[in-house]
Amino acid sequence: MKRAAAVCGIGQTEFAKNIGRSEKRIAVEAIRLALDDAGLQISDVDGLVRFNIETSDEVDITGNLGIENLRYFGEVGWGGGAGCATITQAAMAVATGQAEVVVCWRARNRGSGGRPWAATGAGVPGHGQFSLPYGLVRPVDQIAMMARRHMFETGATEEHLGAVAVSFRAHALRNPLASMQKPMTLDDYLASRMVSEPLRKFDCCLESDGALAVVVTSVERARDLKQKPAVILAGAQGTGPEHTPMTNYHAPEFLKTASPYVAKELFARAGVKPADIDVAQFYDAFTPLVLLSMEEYGFCAKGEAGPLAAEGYLSWDGGKLPSNTSGGGLSEAYVHGFNLILEGVRQIRGTSTSQVAGAELSLVTSGAGVPTSAVILASD
Amino acid sequence: MTPARPIPQPDEVTQPYWDAAKRGELVMQRCGSCQRWIFQPKLACPSCHSDELVWEPVSGNGTIYSFVKVHPPVLPAFKEKTPYLVVLVELAEDPGLRVLGNLLDHDTSAARIGHPVAVVYESLDDGVVLPQWQLTD
Repeated sequence: MKRAAAVCGIGQTEFAKNIGRSEKRIAVEAIRLALDDAGLQISDVDGLVRFNIETSDEVDITGNLGIENLRYFGEVGWGGGAGCATITQAAMAVATGQAEVVVCWRARNRGSGGRPWAATGAGVPGHGQFSLPYGLVRPVDQIAMMARRHMFETGATEEHLGAVAVSFRAHALRNPLASMQKPMTLDDYLASRMVSEPLRKFDCCLESDGALAVVVTSVERARDLKQKPAVILAGAQGTGPEHTPMTNYHAPEFLKTASPYVAKELFARAGVKPADIDVAQFYDAFTPLVLLSMEEYGFCAKGEAGPLAAEGYLSWDGGKLPSNTSGGGLSEAYVHGFNLILEGVRQIRGTSTSQVAGAELSLVTSGAGVPTSAVILASD
Repeated sequence: MTPARPIPQPDEVTQPYWDAAKRGELVMQRCGSCQRWIFQPKLACPSCHSDELVWEPVSGNGTIYSFVKVHPPVLPAFKEKTPYLVVLVELAEDPGLRVLGNLLDHDTSAARIGHPVAVVYESLDDGVVLPQWQLTD
């Protein structure tokens, strides 16, 4: 699959707290925009890969878009862990001849549609029966438990977490599409209210409405289209032993998420090392996930991520690894990390508002804390 | 009336855990073949794949492995308790054996990673009993 397929089109709606249109409508809008961006027609599309929790299914999309012959469709589970796996599966479909033009998308009215955890029912089945009855209900609580232990073991501090939020906010200020346009200092971060100690409001991603889509086709076909291809160098999915989604507290190694399992496969398949990566988009539903990912994807040793973040490692311009260059989930929009994929593509095209000069290898990661995925995009 | 709190909905694998709590016992699965402790409950041992798992009582002693202090907004059932602590307890039997609970102490200010705790049992209105934790010396 290496270098078999490329992202040839990207499209998105605006981001808003209340976009005022249905998830189905904004999904179709984003897909149309991605096809226009690529220079392809609806009649070219013969494959779809979606998040399994997407509210619009293959039938909704084919019917409302007018796709005549859908030859491949797939779906990926685990919420925020699914993003990079959708384009990996699209690349697999293209590489094996199941389809020629595959669309992946995420449309989510999370800003106006309410918080999923608020709908927790009275009886809790499955793995949540050991956590929700104790009031460990919100994603922020679940990640805060890992964050506290990570801080204890590595010496990471609240200022280190704050450095992540502040770095990404600065990127958002350069991006007119980003939801957050107000500057943030470390003092602003420290003054934000506690939500689940040790985590504050500004450790948490935004609550956004919006839809995004990408189009994947063969590298050969992508070369003849409108945009510079973002070649899918490698993609990987993974999870660890005895994984418990969002409360991965019972695995043999407490501070080992699904990410290192993905990272090992990803870099081996790509034939590159972390040091070769020019720009990264780390899944940032919460700031500690960024520190964990820096360590688990091999950019630094355990315990080094916090101090590096505080030294500007993640910052455009001048950081060693400019990351979440559109503002990310923390300051651009939170659409289950799908906006990170589009930004990863823009970095290869050279069209980011915080462009890393000459970026040739662009890493995008999906949700840490659940079974997850990642991709490396590359110049042709 | 206090809004309904989420309660465990046991299944065939987890039922013995919650039944034991009603008897005032904390039990954990153990592999009958390789002897390792297992939590959350499973159908077979993740290490040696044996399906001969047994439930064994544990001491109910442990230490705080990590904890969070929860502030609003929360589910209505937990609103009056905020801010409250959720602790992850590492049981004395095995460093990898960790369970969640609340600290029921009136004063939780001494809570730290590594602080010893002991199990207590909290009965809810609907007959459910939750293993919970208190700080010990």
